[in-house]
Amino acid sequence: MPQKFRTIYMAKENFLSKVFHLYYDGFRSMTLGKTLWAIILIKLFIIFVVLKLFFFPNFLKQHADGDEPSYVANELVERAK
Amino acid sequence: MLQNLILNIDAGTIDWSRAQFALTAIYHWLFVPLTLGLAVIMGIAETKYYRTKDEFWKETAKFWQKLFGVNFAMGVATGIILEFEFGTNWSNYSWFVGDIFGAPLAIEGIVAFFMESTFVAVMYFGWKKVSAGFHLASTWLTGLGATISAWWILVANAWMQCPVGCEFNPDTMRNEMVSFAEVALSPFAVSKFCHTVTSSWIIGAIFCIGVSCWYLMKKRHTKLAIESIKIGAGVGLVAALLAGGTGHKSGMDVAEAQPMKLAAMEALYDGGTEQGLKLIEGIEVPYGLSIMATNDPKGYVPGINDLVNGYTTPDGKTEPSVEEKMERGKKAIEALAAYRKAKAEGADESIVNYQLSIINSNMQYFGYGYLKDKTDVIPPVAVNFWAFRVMVGVGCLFILFFAVILAVTYQWPKALFGKRDITALPAWHYWVAIALIPLAYIGSECGWLVAEFGRQPWTIQDMLPTWASVSDLQSSSVMITFFLFLILFSTMLAVEINILLKQIKKGPEV
Repeated sequence: MPQKFRTIYMAKENFLSKVFHLYYDGFRSMTLGKTLWAIILIKLFIIFVVLKLFFFPNFLKQHADGDEPSYVANELVERAK
Repeated sequence: MLQNLILNIDAGTIDWSRAQFALTAIYHWLFVPLTLGLAVIMGIAETKYYRTKDEFWKETAKFWQKLFGVNFAMGVATGIILEFEFGTNWSNYSWFVGDIFGAPLAIEGIVAFFMESTFVAVMYFGWKKVSAGFHLASTWLTGLGATISAWWILVANAWMQCPVGCEFNPDTMRNEMVSFAEVALSPFAVSKFCHTVTSSWIIGAIFCIGVSCWYLMKKRHTKLAIESIKIGAGVGLVAALLAGGTGHKSGMDVAEAQPMKLAAMEALYDGGTEQGLKLIEGIEVPYGLSIMATNDPKGYVPGINDLVNGYTTPDGKTEPSVEEKMERGKKAIEALAAYRKAKAEGADESIVNYQLSIINSNMQYFGYGYLKDKTDVIPPVAVNFWAFRVMVGVGCLFILFFAVILAVTYQWPKALFGKRDITALPAWHYWVAIALIPLAYIGSECGWLVAEFGRQPWTIQDMLPTWASVSDLQSSSVMITFFLFLILFSTMLAVEINILLKQIKKGPEV
């Protein structure tokens, strides 16, 4: 490999390694952060799994049979009567 | 689906959907302003560290970053629930809004994710791994990322209050963006953003002073408390003055785009020129409302009755009555039905184009076609009137508060404050500062009450009322999720306050 490309490659590897260690060491040394992450994950589970799946379906997908414009047009015209 | 299994209880789907949206938005708004406000406080503290290299400032910055982190973590994804509600409870509205919301919300999501996940990580993990300059930049960029997120959300909100840069397409039944710049840089959005962000800085400042006063009362971390109070009071005073200025600009925008909201905020039934601004019923600032609405003491401000019955301004501009607008709205809706029928039946192009021209010429009053009575356009006056007064009153109180705190902290002017030592005040002084934290939130939430109650009955100003926007759901299912949220949000709030108080009690790690 030519010297120029080797330097770029090593610099890139060095940068990625630094980024990796920033996150890796950071997550390992967390104290309060561990509690906060646990809360965030529980919250995300509740929001995306429980709420989204069971309580917040996409209404139009369920009721419009793939023709949303017609469904909405009908709704908007009928509600004005 | 669970929704279909739930018993149908007699309550309005619209009201429960509105209540649920309001609950979610109010809860979400507990975290956002503190994030935006603390970002400035921690940024200034770290800038001081960068300039002085004094370890004290590093610990001060880290302490505020810790509290910022707790609040940030608790606020993460709480806004997503609003988007779920759009898709489930407000499906007609969501479809009708079209891609107007899609672009700002997508940008918000991407910017928030990349900027915040990158720079938050550097801010918390990078103290020993990156240069001081890069770390400082990351701290400010974390705050900037959150502020940019707020920008896009407020662009979406501003569009609902003052729809611009779009055209309605009767084939897709969606509003289609014709000018991204008009949507993203609408004067309404700019004013809303400036007012919202500056008022958020006030909350950060009040929080900073309140926490610091608690330390002074407990005789702990005195230096951190005094220096933080100086930062908080400085930021707070600048922010409160800016919020006053941006609030005035917002008032002018509301007068232009949502005159009914302004009339409701003032409980002004019969308008005119040289209108005074009511402090409370019976006491008013002469010319105040005319200045607020038009920048002119002799400016014309229409009242609720004028807006309902139509009016002509002194310079000859005529505004049609609500009944005239209702007729034009009905024309637009009838033409929409006829247009779609003609298209479906493959009718002659001239017929289709004729109906299209009727839609286009009456589209600005489309939403009025859903009104049954001309008084349907009047928002809840009492809520607007009092929420506006609480917001402005709290803002004025804070200008005074920050000025006094600065005077006491810097002991200037000496004749008045020379003998006051901020570390040795009677305990109730500190309690007042702590009590102002919830008051700041009340003021901020009242701002949103004015913004959102004031635009009733519209979800999109003049284009779609709430009862045309809502999905055809059982009210009981919305009610169930409302109470589910109430429990969930209360629990999460209790957890956050608990963690926050524990960290405050623990103090900086020195």
